[in-house]
Amino acid sequence: MERVWTLLSFGPEGWGDDIAKGVLLTVSLALATLPLGLAIGFFVALGKRSSDKTLRLAANIYTTIFRGLPELLTLFLVFYGAQIGLQQIVRLVNPGASVEINAFVAGMIALGAVFSSYASEVFLAAFRAIPEGQYEGGHAIGLSNAQTMRLIILPQLIRLALPGLSNLWLILLKDTALVSVIGLADILRQTGIAARVTKEAFLFFGIACLLYLVLAMLSSIVLRTIENWTKRHGVQR
Amino acid sequence: MSAEAQASVERPPVVKKGWTRARTIGVVLLTIWAALGLAVLGFMINAWDPDIFTRYAPRYLSGLWITVQLVVVSVFLGALLSVPIALGRSSKNKLIGALAYAYVYFFRGTPLLAQTFLVYYGLGSFRPELQAVGLWTFFREAWYCAVFAFTLNTAAYQAEILRGAIESVGKGQWEAAAAMGLSRFQTARKIILPQALIVALRPYGNEIILMIKGSAIVAIITVYDLMGETRRAYARTFDFQTYIWAAIIYLGLVEILRNAVDWIERRITKHLKR
Repeated sequence: MERVWTLLSFGPEGWGDDIAKGVLLTVSLALATLPLGLAIGFFVALGKRSSDKTLRLAANIYTTIFRGLPELLTLFLVFYGAQIGLQQIVRLVNPGASVEINAFVAGMIALGAVFSSYASEVFLAAFRAIPEGQYEGGHAIGLSNAQTMRLIILPQLIRLALPGLSNLWLILLKDTALVSVIGLADILRQTGIAARVTKEAFLFFGIACLLYLVLAMLSSIVLRTIENWTKRHGVQR
Repeated sequence: MSAEAQASVERPPVVKKGWTRARTIGVVLLTIWAALGLAVLGFMINAWDPDIFTRYAPRYLSGLWITVQLVVVSVFLGALLSVPIALGRSSKNKLIGALAYAYVYFFRGTPLLAQTFLVYYGLGSFRPELQAVGLWTFFREAWYCAVFAFTLNTAAYQAEILRGAIESVGKGQWEAAAAMGLSRFQTARKIILPQALIVALRPYGNEIILMIKGSAIVAIITVYDLMGETRRAYARTFDFQTYIWAAIIYLGLVEILRNAVDWIERRITKHLKR
């Protein structure tokens, strides 16, 4: 038992500090992906509910692709594909140059694409729950389209979409584990290294699972607080 | 109101049709998609190599077969395992309820990749004990470990689907069946399940799709499924089209399944349509 505590301590003997860095990376990757995914997801949802057929089609292609591909494959496609693509573009200008894609950015883009395609469905469902009269009311009091969206629709949309988005956040948190495969030092990679060096695989992967559970629990608490805050005016629905 | 005032009322503006801003954006985006599609197609044609194709196509097929086996076996075993868990979740016994809840929370709250590592690498820590009970031959194989981890994982999700679907059937159905003198088992089989399965079909379909996509991670623990074969082919050829082939196969698989679920749902809800 003492050996376990030494292994988990924050000293030169222990792996605590390395794993803590992994936690930090996992959290910062998820937090960096969130705004990207939300923004793209929102615009894709707007595209899907457009009255124009071409825009709807373009938006639907996006979701079909990124919901249908395995997350791991999306990550590889972005990581290697962007590298090759950029390399070829750069070589046009400067032959002999080599490009290296930052694994963090690749992870952000891949996870953001997956997140946004699911988020667009959540936003779409929330849009459908807002009656047409809300838009008409906004126009009737002289608001422009953008103002109606910002002042009338968005506040209700957030409230309606929050439960679905909370779910997606928890999924995103779990999906970040995949970036360990492209060499980012997240929770799973750090615990994996510790497991290999110390030969205590069960202990360290168990710790990894517990850390993800703790992150999920903390997120649930924060998300519940946000949800209550959006409901603070006691909406009747 | 006088007649002149009425006459001066402007008619509402005619709704603009034809070329709107939405259409411009749509056309631009579609053009980008088309350009990307053409670029990928051009790349595939450019990189086309009959040697590589004849060498790797059979391997991709065997990888696809492994993926399908993995998903079918673990979804089936998970479905069996999910029944006691779902019953435990709605049990009146507090201890059983808490245990089932903890199980579901653990497997839904942690990444599948971490669970797979925990089984494949982690259980290696208990090698002497496992050898003593004769289970080591099972947990030594990456494939069995993957099936084991996936089964436990999908059982947790399926238990929640099952519980949600059964709870969606009204209590009156149970009471009416009891009033007609049906036993609880008969009620479950003939009255509750047929209604619950309509609700559960779509979530089950989504769960299978999630398993197909999730199964790609077994490539990391050296199972040569579709993803594993792809990584191996890429490592040997450094040819990016290996990944694009995998993407096409996965997309096709998921789309077929999604449309199949849509079709089944349309068929079994015919009597509910008006």
